[in-house]
Amino acid sequence: MSSDSPDLVLQMCGISKRFTGVVALDDVHFDLRAGEVHVLLGENGAGKSTLMRILSGACSRDAGTIEIDGHTAELHSPRDAQRLGISTIYQEFTLVPHLSAAANIFLGREPGRFGAIDRGRLLSEARALLADLGTAIDPAVEVRRLGIAEQQMVEVAKALSVKARILIMDEPTSALTDSEIDLLFAAIRRLSARGVAIIYISHRMEELARVGHRATVLRDGRTVGTRPLPAPVPELVRLMANRDIAEHFPVPTRKRGDELLRVEDASRGPRLRNVSLTLHRGEILGVAGLLGAGRTELARAIAGADVLESGRVVLNGRPLRLRAPADAIRHGIGLVPEDRKRQGLVLQQTVTSNLTLPQLVRLSTAGVIDRAAERREATTWIRDLRVKTAGPDVAVATLSGGNQQKIVLGKWLAARSDVLIVDEPTRGIDVAARMEIYALLDQLAAQGAGILMISSDLLEVIGMSDRILVMHGGRVHAVLDRGATQEAVLHAALGLAS
Amino acid sequence: MRRLVSSGRRLGTLLGLVGLCLLLWILTPHFLTVSNLVNVLEQTSINAVIALGMTFVIISGGIDLSVGSLLALAGVVLATLLHAGVPPPLAAAAALATGFLFGTLNGLAITLGRLPPFIATLGMMSIARGCALVFTEGRPISGFDDGFRSVATARLASIPAPVLVTIVAYGLGQFVLSRTRFGRYTYAMGGNEEATRLSGVNVRLHKTVVYGVSGLASAVAAVLLTARLNSAQPIAGIMYELDAIAATVIGGTSLMGGEGTLTGTLIGALIMGVLRNGLNLLGVSSFLQQIVIGLVIVTAVLVDTTLKSRKA
Repeated sequence: MSSDSPDLVLQMCGISKRFTGVVALDDVHFDLRAGEVHVLLGENGAGKSTLMRILSGACSRDAGTIEIDGHTAELHSPRDAQRLGISTIYQEFTLVPHLSAAANIFLGREPGRFGAIDRGRLLSEARALLADLGTAIDPAVEVRRLGIAEQQMVEVAKALSVKARILIMDEPTSALTDSEIDLLFAAIRRLSARGVAIIYISHRMEELARVGHRATVLRDGRTVGTRPLPAPVPELVRLMANRDIAEHFPVPTRKRGDELLRVEDASRGPRLRNVSLTLHRGEILGVAGLLGAGRTELARAIAGADVLESGRVVLNGRPLRLRAPADAIRHGIGLVPEDRKRQGLVLQQTVTSNLTLPQLVRLSTAGVIDRAAERREATTWIRDLRVKTAGPDVAVATLSGGNQQKIVLGKWLAARSDVLIVDEPTRGIDVAARMEIYALLDQLAAQGAGILMISSDLLEVIGMSDRILVMHGGRVHAVLDRGATQEAVLHAALGLAS
Repeated sequence: MRRLVSSGRRLGTLLGLVGLCLLLWILTPHFLTVSNLVNVLEQTSINAVIALGMTFVIISGGIDLSVGSLLALAGVVLATLLHAGVPPPLAAAAALATGFLFGTLNGLAITLGRLPPFIATLGMMSIARGCALVFTEGRPISGFDDGFRSVATARLASIPAPVLVTIVAYGLGQFVLSRTRFGRYTYAMGGNEEATRLSGVNVRLHKTVVYGVSGLASAVAAVLLTARLNSAQPIAGIMYELDAIAATVIGGTSLMGGEGTLTGTLIGALIMGVLRNGLNLLGVSSFLQQIVIGLVIVTAVLVDTTLKSRKA
């Protein structure tokens, strides 16, 4: 923490941030030297993104100081960050596909006079920037005609064109092939040789030693350590895992029964490749993996939201034809989707309408809804799930995150689903509501349902699951039994050989 | 709370209508006569019926630009059949079927063809208009017997038949929208199509039917208009889609979908009818009328969005 170190370009001290009751960052320290590639490591939800959003001015902090070149920096907006030379390259590119590479690089800052763009200068300056990165991309070509790696170079050039001195790269290699990665790394080394400091976020352990100088590990919103690279991979994994077990999970009351659901060689696109699994009655099968490992794709395929390219889903020994969510629902398969606001709820509709949406067929005669029955159903679930709401007729948007999640769960409980797929069931909700949801899942399994629980929260996966399926790169990488350690799960999720 | 705000919004539109009527009553003694009011209602009925279908479409998150052309097409089908000696109830049923069918084609282009509603119905606007013109070789079909014309001329307790038809249509529409599964799904898919699909709702089917309903409403308007004018014209209903959209948004239905009411739309249609009538009585030129109506539309939506953003 010595600010007397002359080459320190960035120092973040005691950064804290809470989101409605959830601690995202707690007293985080992070520093960056000129010309350094500093890797930021941590599981999903460890706080990496929040920290970087604070640094790029996209999000405010509750406490802590940020110093750039030894001066206190005020970062209230992305413009402030840009002015201070901080640039971010996001996972999803922010380029305009129908504009040329040069036009994209200088978007909003085109060289020229009186609103007329100096096309010659635009192209020559863009060409110089791209050449600087060691690429031979023609700056006049439309971005949509470029490959993904080339587009990434354009992004980097765009970041450098604003004289960026601190570059944040979030999973830059996730969409690249090996040779493209080599190109990117060469460009990164050039930048670092010129004194640009780079914060590099990645889950690919094998990359770290190739580009990084130091690695800092975040866990549960705290800094747990900084190591010079290369560092032994097991040590880094241990730092990332080993979270404190601060939460108590319900003692299981369920008992594993007969086989309920079987997935055989399910494939669809690059993120779901030959996945097989079995789920029993009274079982909670956890699905762990990093972002993009194919967990959500698996859930959507079983729930009929996406149609499989090959493979099949067998329920109670009978193969299912799943062409739409309605097919899965008819067979008693319910999906609590990952993003409750975008996929789970109709926000401006009432609590009642949301709860009963999947079962209006049962609750209506000749197309006319039996409003008394609907209301009974809704009030029952509101009571049983202990939903805190001003009433059954208020818009679901007025509820807190935890209570909204209970509504999404309630939709499928009311539909008496046999197989319940829950994708990130406790994301962004407070501890009390989490505990209630855990108890509910156990209770359901005890009643004979099979539950497939996808979660990025290692403790949750370990604390709740009877078995854990770990996915990596669209495949099942390992199946672990109850009692697996955090390290073992993370190890498999990172795609490392066991 | 939200329900309170939304009924407050409807109350606001209603107050606007009442205020407008009071203003016109002060400005011109002719406004508040029974014959004039009946006249306003009769003239409003066509737009009100079309706007009913439009409200379904807009709540579902779409838009229908083809309603005016579908009105013309249904009208010429009706007139041709009447001239061929088909009994009026059958001819009317055929016109309604035509409207529903072409509306359903809109729906299929949107759900199966994955076209944006704007494009699909823009295409249909031209296709249906062209069909009506080809069918009649561009000439109006006029002169029907009194039996059919009674659709426009009959009175029940001095209320004109078109007004009664409108009232019945709104009663039915209100029931469908608030009490049936189809109505609930219409709101749900407009509010969040993905969540609705994941809830097991056949979004394609219901969305297609929504456009069928809109076509059907246009055809009902075609029957009323043909009877009133004693003539079906292939160029009827030009720009009617804009009046229907205007009535719907003045009535508080969000173009984003998921929200809206038929009572609001009815009030919106009445505001437009009263405004036109009043401006005519006051001798305001039709050129100036367009400016006033445009301002009313913009103001209504502006007030709506301001109220909403303050709430958020």
